[in-house]
Amino acid sequence: MTEYTPQRRGVPLWAQIIVWVFLVALLVIVAMGLRRAQQGTVQPGQKIDNFTLTLFSGYEYEGKTEVTMNELRGKIVVINFWASWCKPCEQEAAELQEAWEIYEPTGEVVFIGADYVDTEPEARVYLKKFGITFPNGPDLATKISQYFRIKGVPETYFIDRDGVLQYVQVGPFTSLGQFQSIIDPLINQ
Amino acid sequence: MNMTYNTIKLRITNYHEVSLWDKLLLAILIALAFTLVISSLALAQDSFPTDDDVNKIAKQLYCPVCESTPLDVCPTEACRQWREVIRTMLADGKSEAEIKQHFATQYGVRVLNVPPNPWLTYFVPGVAILIGALMLMRGFQMWKKPLVAESVSDKDEAEPVQQDEYIQKMEAELRKRK
Repeated sequence: MTEYTPQRRGVPLWAQIIVWVFLVALLVIVAMGLRRAQQGTVQPGQKIDNFTLTLFSGYEYEGKTEVTMNELRGKIVVINFWASWCKPCEQEAAELQEAWEIYEPTGEVVFIGADYVDTEPEARVYLKKFGITFPNGPDLATKISQYFRIKGVPETYFIDRDGVLQYVQVGPFTSLGQFQSIIDPLINQ
Repeated sequence: MNMTYNTIKLRITNYHEVSLWDKLLLAILIALAFTLVISSLALAQDSFPTDDDVNKIAKQLYCPVCESTPLDVCPTEACRQWREVIRTMLADGKSEAEIKQHFATQYGVRVLNVPPNPWLTYFVPGVAILIGALMLMRGFQMWKKPLVAESVSDKDEAEPVQQDEYIQKMEAELRKRK
């Protein structure tokens, strides 16, 4: 009688573990990418982590060449993402500056301009053209815009005194009243 | 009178001789000046980066706004500005590596067509693929040749098979039940 037994030579356990680890890691990376892509911008209610924005010379914050989110705690922060090549940004530039001129004297609101993938000479021309005076600086390596997951420019984020995001404006503002309708309730909170 | 004539003649002669030398000298000077102007123009043209110089670097960079578009062919205003930045930096004597580093610092490493650490970027997936391929090959081999050739009965006669203690107990138990 002839009987056959299966030969017990398989892939070593350590190799199987490595392959599975690779596979799972790959799936996790793909899943995270898909989730991030579907998330959209940072949503209201989320606490904003600390970040640092380097400022253009002449557009410093209280004489400092950098501004951090942590040092702005206790104030309402308006972060505006813009670029000199962005035509819709021009639509809101005058209103943005007007709003800054209204709220700056109160000392309760800080406007920050984050210049998104731009060149400094053109950015300066833009700032001068619209008479913008609030702190502005380049979003170096797009770190801040990646954190906020912006979808384009202009986008404006309103953060309350506790560092919690309260409102996101995607696209340009069309009137000063729009700014006031968002900022005034935050001041009165 | 004679003396006066001689003086005039001498003066005329001298005038003619000096005039020839002057003309020659003037011609040489003009030629030199012309050569200098031409060569300085050529030098200025050489030091000013051409579109080809700019595009040579621009094609190694990607537009950070309109993704997957190389900077040299990107038609947007933003890309035109970035190409001008490259031109200015080249004119300032910056090297290709310095310009690429500037763009990576300003706009992130995603603008580079080659990642900053290509060895790691290409090596890890390559090794992963190789390992996976080897595993698959091994698996296919197992599926194709699952049989072994030794007969249990023959083997029993030859020498006792080394069996697992648990299996031995199990078989003993089964024999009892029979």
